Amino acid sequence: MSETKPGWRELPFGAVPYKPSLEYHTGDWGVERPEFDLDKCTRCTLCHFYCPEGAISFEAGHPEVDLRYCKGCGICANECPVGAIRMVRKE
Amino acid sequence: MSEQRLLGLNGDEAAAYAIKQVNPDVVAAYPITPQTIIVERFSEYVADGLVDTEFIAVESEHSAMSCCIGAAAAGARAFTATAANGLALMWEMLYIAASLRLPIVMAVVNRALSAPINIHNDHSDSMGARDSGWIQIYCENSQEVYDACIEAWRIGEHLEVQLPVMVCLDGFTLSHTMENVLTLSDETVREFIGERPYIKVRGHLGEAEFRLDPEKPLTMGPLDLYDFYFEHKMHQIEAMEKALRVIPEIDEEYAEVSGRSYRLLHPYMMEDAEVALIGLGSTMGTVRHVVDRLRKRGVKAGMVKMRIFRPFPAEELLELLRGVEVVGVLDKAMSFGAPGGPLYEELKTVFYDADEKPIIVNYIYGLGGRDTPPHLIEEAFKGLLEVKRRGEAVEPLNYLGVRW
Repeated sequence: MSETKPGWRELPFGAVPYKPSLEYHTGDWGVERPEFDLDKCTRCTLCHFYCPEGAISFEAGHPEVDLRYCKGCGICANECPVGAIRMVRKE
Repeated sequence: MSEQRLLGLNGDEAAAYAIKQVNPDVVAAYPITPQTIIVERFSEYVADGLVDTEFIAVESEHSAMSCCIGAAAAGARAFTATAANGLALMWEMLYIAASLRLPIVMAVVNRALSAPINIHNDHSDSMGARDSGWIQIYCENSQEVYDACIEAWRIGEHLEVQLPVMVCLDGFTLSHTMENVLTLSDETVREFIGERPYIKVRGHLGEAEFRLDPEKPLTMGPLDLYDFYFEHKMHQIEAMEKALRVIPEIDEEYAEVSGRSYRLLHPYMMEDAEVALIGLGSTMGTVRHVVDRLRKRGVKAGMVKMRIFRPFPAEELLELLRGVEVVGVLDKAMSFGAPGGPLYEELKTVFYDADEKPIIVNYIYGLGGRDTPPHLIEEAFKGLLEVKRRGEAVEPLNYLGVRW
């Protein structure tokens, strides 16, 4: 990370983060990402609810993954009842 | 100075009585063996409606500390009591309480850790927790237990400190022995401790009081890793340094209402002492008795009782022990495989760079509640006088009262 972080005298007490976890991008932890087969997908939204990171949204009317937060755990692929999700290597 | 009432209380009851007067929001405890009369007596106060406290009977000591952490994080005053293996079961939560800067107060009735099974007094439980980030106060008698259980809130909650506090009292020797205790009125205690103050922190939604409030959300202690953890540890280091200054300040205020002052250390007959013993807890009463006896025989003996072990009052000790020829360190706990007991090691560290320093020897004593009567303390003093005569310590690490 290239950002300059505050020194200990500037940080709040009690290990309180000064920025929300939304700004803590953990998507680079994993090696895989889900790939959705939109022809098979029934839009049941189970993947959205099972995703531990809340990284899958249906705002576009179909599943989309936010790779800033997706750790590639594969739970979505495991839970998809119609096998519409395949885990592929992140580039 | 306010009016006081003399009560017959053992150490446990003295703690419970003080906490009753403090009237904390939450007390969480589990009746593990060994639990103490502290929570037993306190639960009676709850049943009798004498306190407003939410008493939570949890399923383990780990949960007791977790509960206190949750309550203190929400802004409550939280108290618990434990001993020996109960403290050991709290281990990971001790560090979390201190790192999250939650001013919880806990009475620790010092007892030996199993195995083999032993419920009697030594300091192996709380000495093991000396690196957990808690302030540690060691008491000599029930009066000190009572006073520490009141002062602890002000110390821990001080805006520059914000750390949890352990009030340590020797199992059975103090916890089950009735003594005269001067107690303040409920109003005086309430006035002294006041309301819990909160520091202001800058959270991700701006400035907020340091407590969990749905109206002003904060996140406490999430993922820190190598980015921030070290910096947050610096906060704890600084808080302990500040506590060294804050403790005597609070103590002075307490002396105004109670007439009793404790500060960081208690020297006794140290002005011209040539040999001295230093140690913690109830044994120091016996040492004082022996010092008197030796003084009558013309021996220039003295003693220093450490009241505060964490933070370690290094400067005060340097000042006090500089001119003494031989210092014996009484440790009621052993760090297995270490050069000596915990107090001995720290005292030696403190004196390593000093120009003028005493010869320092270690006496491990009283493990598992092994009785330490005056003649054993005299034996230690005899050893110190022998070191003084020779001008060197033949054996720096000694075991007092063990069978050979």
